[in-house]
Amino acid sequence: MEFDLSLLLNGIVSGLLLGGLYAVAASGLAVSFGMLDIVNIAHPALMVAAAFLVVAVGGAIGLDPLLCAVLLSPVFYLIGVGIYTFYNRFFERRGDEALQGLAFFFGVMFIIEVGLVMAFGPEQRFLDPSYAFTTWRIGEIDLPLRMLVPALFGLLAIGLLYLFLHRSFIGLAIAAVAQDAEALRLLAIDPVKIKRLAFGVSAMLACIAGGALIVVQPVEPSSGQIFIGRVFAICIMGGMASLSGAIAAAFLFGVVENVTATFFGPSWAPAVAFGWLLLVLAFRPQGLFGRAA
Amino acid sequence: MSATTLTDPRGADRIRHLPFWLGAVGVALAVFLALRLIGNEYGYYAGYFVLQYVVLASAWNILGGYAGYVNFGAAGFLAAGAYTAIFVRKAFGFDLIPGILCAAVVTGLLGLGTGYLTLRLRGVYFSIATLCLAVVLQTLVVNWDYVGGSRGAYVIRPMTIPPFASYGEYIFLVMLALAVITVGIARTVEVSRLGRGLQAIRDNERAAEAVGVPTLRLKLMATALCGALMGVAGAPLPYYSGYLNPDAAFSLAFAVNAIAMPLIGGAGTWAGPVIGAVLLASLQQAATVTISSALNLWIVGWILVIFVTIAPRGILGWFGKR
Amino acid sequence: MTGLLRRDLGRLAAAAATVPATARAQSGPPFRIGYSMSLSGGLAANGRSSLLAHKIWAEDVNAKGGILGRQVDLVYYDDQSNPGQVPALYTKLLDVDKVDMVTSPYATVMIAPSMPVVMQRQMTYVSLFGSGTNETFKYDRYFSINVGGDDIKGTYASGFMEVIGMLPTPARSISILAVDNEFAQKAAESMRHFARQKGLRIVYDRSYPPTTVDFTPTLRAIQATKPDVVFFASYPPDSIGILRAMSELRFSAPLVGGGMIGPQIASVQAQLGPILNNLVSWDVYSPEPTMDFPGIKEFQQKYRARAAAEQVDLLGNYLQPFAYAQMQVVEQALKRVGKVDQAALAADMHAQTFDTVVGPLKFSALGEWVEPRNLFVQFQGITDGDLEKYKRPGTKVILAPAKYKSGTLRTPFGQGG
Repeated sequence: MEFDLSLLLNGIVSGLLLGGLYAVAASGLAVSFGMLDIVNIAHPALMVAAAFLVVAVGGAIGLDPLLCAVLLSPVFYLIGVGIYTFYNRFFERRGDEALQGLAFFFGVMFIIEVGLVMAFGPEQRFLDPSYAFTTWRIGEIDLPLRMLVPALFGLLAIGLLYLFLHRSFIGLAIAAVAQDAEALRLLAIDPVKIKRLAFGVSAMLACIAGGALIVVQPVEPSSGQIFIGRVFAICIMGGMASLSGAIAAAFLFGVVENVTATFFGPSWAPAVAFGWLLLVLAFRPQGLFGRAA
Repeated sequence: MSATTLTDPRGADRIRHLPFWLGAVGVALAVFLALRLIGNEYGYYAGYFVLQYVVLASAWNILGGYAGYVNFGAAGFLAAGAYTAIFVRKAFGFDLIPGILCAAVVTGLLGLGTGYLTLRLRGVYFSIATLCLAVVLQTLVVNWDYVGGSRGAYVIRPMTIPPFASYGEYIFLVMLALAVITVGIARTVEVSRLGRGLQAIRDNERAAEAVGVPTLRLKLMATALCGALMGVAGAPLPYYSGYLNPDAAFSLAFAVNAIAMPLIGGAGTWAGPVIGAVLLASLQQAATVTISSALNLWIVGWILVIFVTIAPRGILGWFGKR
Repeated sequence: MTGLLRRDLGRLAAAAATVPATARAQSGPPFRIGYSMSLSGGLAANGRSSLLAHKIWAEDVNAKGGILGRQVDLVYYDDQSNPGQVPALYTKLLDVDKVDMVTSPYATVMIAPSMPVVMQRQMTYVSLFGSGTNETFKYDRYFSINVGGDDIKGTYASGFMEVIGMLPTPARSISILAVDNEFAQKAAESMRHFARQKGLRIVYDRSYPPTTVDFTPTLRAIQATKPDVVFFASYPPDSIGILRAMSELRFSAPLVGGGMIGPQIASVQAQLGPILNNLVSWDVYSPEPTMDFPGIKEFQQKYRARAAAEQVDLLGNYLQPFAYAQMQVVEQALKRVGKVDQAALAADMHAQTFDTVVGPLKFSALGEWVEPRNLFVQFQGITDGDLEKYKRPGTKVILAPAKYKSGTLRTPFGQGG
């Protein structure tokens, strides 16, 4: 493949758009995994479950998938609160989160995935808003709305999350939990309550990500598996507790994947992306954007 | 396996080894004779299915149960073993047994390499790294035409292998022997200094380091051993099914079961994964031929969640042993 | 009777009774056909719709008095789309359930691990949608229900080559993109073979992993090579991703298509709607006048009446008639031989021609179809995602092979998105 500037530019732009989807998928995990230290590997499965619900509800009442995801997100907040309450009661308090807690989320992931097969059948589901078939062109560069709208929508959600974490009292408390739960207790704030709330927010973000996902591509019950490796990779590369780091890593991941696919063929894209993560883990475990401990 | 061979980890090791091996071989012989008496080929195939998980779960337990490092990439190691067997068969004409030995060497080195790269990190980073390793390995295999690439590889096996009644019996006996050896190794590790060092790492790694436990070296030995045994679990797979493609070799079921089985049986003891594997794999096999729908996978998920919730120390935990 | 009871429970869980209780009461021991099918996991969509076709067949046969005077009973297990389950399930069917006949699961990856078990018992074996499975095993009692024929590499893309020949300006270059799985790689291999033979320049030739999320960069790379002909070999999720990305890129070429799995499936047709226009894709069946085989309409009518309730493909235009035909071959051979004699059944299948809902079939020495029938169809005149039009001729027009041709090529693909 000879070098071509327009190809490179388009590879980067499409990578950024893809990165927008990865960012919203990873942002919820950046809260639960990065800040609360809860290894929620069921996060992508929650996202796919949300996408299925969006199809079911949005298809029935003819609503835009992204709006529908926003409407459904309180439901996911409650689901998240429920999952965390259970997790806290049976694992965190017993100090079993390392092994048993991980297995718990593994089981939850399995239950969600197979539950979707039983409820909706194994076939793919889709819900295309009308704009999904339009593409904007700026010079040589294409901006398909199918990718652009979910990416912008995701960034909006992440922006709100950022404001919430940095401006509101509860948001600051969440950040404090990530640093030192005991210190919060001294301020007469129950860290469990804060963590429950934060986990609910993380599940809400899974719902938003599910809405974005269904605009980008059709889903099937096992779609979450494609994202597990990617979203964790992004959180780690971003340096765990840093939301902005995770967002930057998401864009970088998307660009690396798409530029590799453009110039070296798509079959090497995942190996390059994950091999890169292995190297990051080996030589810079605090993440590309994290500070050394 | 009889529970009477359970040993006190601090007991006199040397004396307890012989009864264990005799007991294990005895149990294995009894299982084999029972199946032979039933005279049913299905018993061998279902038995292989269960035993491969005994090997895989025991291997996972060495690192996951003893040292507390969760390996998400069991399917990656198992597939590496299976593909090593395919490679040496095609390249050098090696048969099953030498194939298993080669698989042990290759996946042992793979485990060592992974450990060297990532074990300086704490817990969950290692888990994510193993997950990534599985993805990278799968991409490599898919793009490697010599071992069939994405099209898969065929292993044409003979209909019978002379001293054995049938091929099913032969492949079952091979897996049975591997299971006995693996469980024996796991038990030896558990009662040895290596196992005690790993347990110290699990309880408090910094403290262990402070009192002079060579943590990195112990962890490397454990990853290499764990990797090698997982590879051994996978090496006979292409001989069992006659055909292997990357999707099957890297199946999520292996990764899930490798974690679920030790936890259900009781992680951290050699008997836990054996109990968990026998129970869960038999249940899966039974559910497959009775319920026969997505429901049986669902049951596995629920059992895992319920078990880790109400019995965090697994079945063995009920008996007050750790 | 515990075996029966257990299977009844299983069937209850699968929420469908195979044989009406009244029918079962009238004759001796049921005639049992055993197989594993992917009812969950990645292959479940096709597996479950095949199972529905088999059930319809069993009901049809039982209504006519069964096989050899015995009522037919299907004994099936879910292999979870996991090849590792298959050897144990087939030994169970043969050694414990002692079924009278076995048939195959769906697709090569599942059929291949069943072969050693079936071969050891010398069972006559009719398979569903394997491609070239018997090339390695060379089992003389294997019979394949798939359109590929003996020599996939030498025949698969020949129809596509014919379509290339219909282009108003002769094509000079071709791009090839194939997913990493056995079927797509064989299809791409065949295309390469023909392209070299006919002097087409291959300007792009790559594979992609099934986990690919975004096809835009790959398609742009293809677009940059400006091929006259674009050949894809893809699977359902990625076929959709590819076609949508093409429409977004306003990708246009004189001829686009190839071995895409996906456009044959009802839900994909509903989703893509007009994006499919002028796509030339591999297919196995289209309701065109040239393929109006006896019995197919009746089968599809019964199938469509039940498809929605069973959560399977709504149209039954793809492998479902072939699943029905698979059982018809078993039925007709048994009727002719008159007893369950595996050697005689295999001999009969090699010698005779079978009249099925997918037309008359004759098997080669390797058990493949003597006459390969890789259709290349073109989607024409589609304005929306409504599925009714796919029940009528004129929407999926057959261009090749000549024997089944029912329309003319429209070109180019993707003018103006």
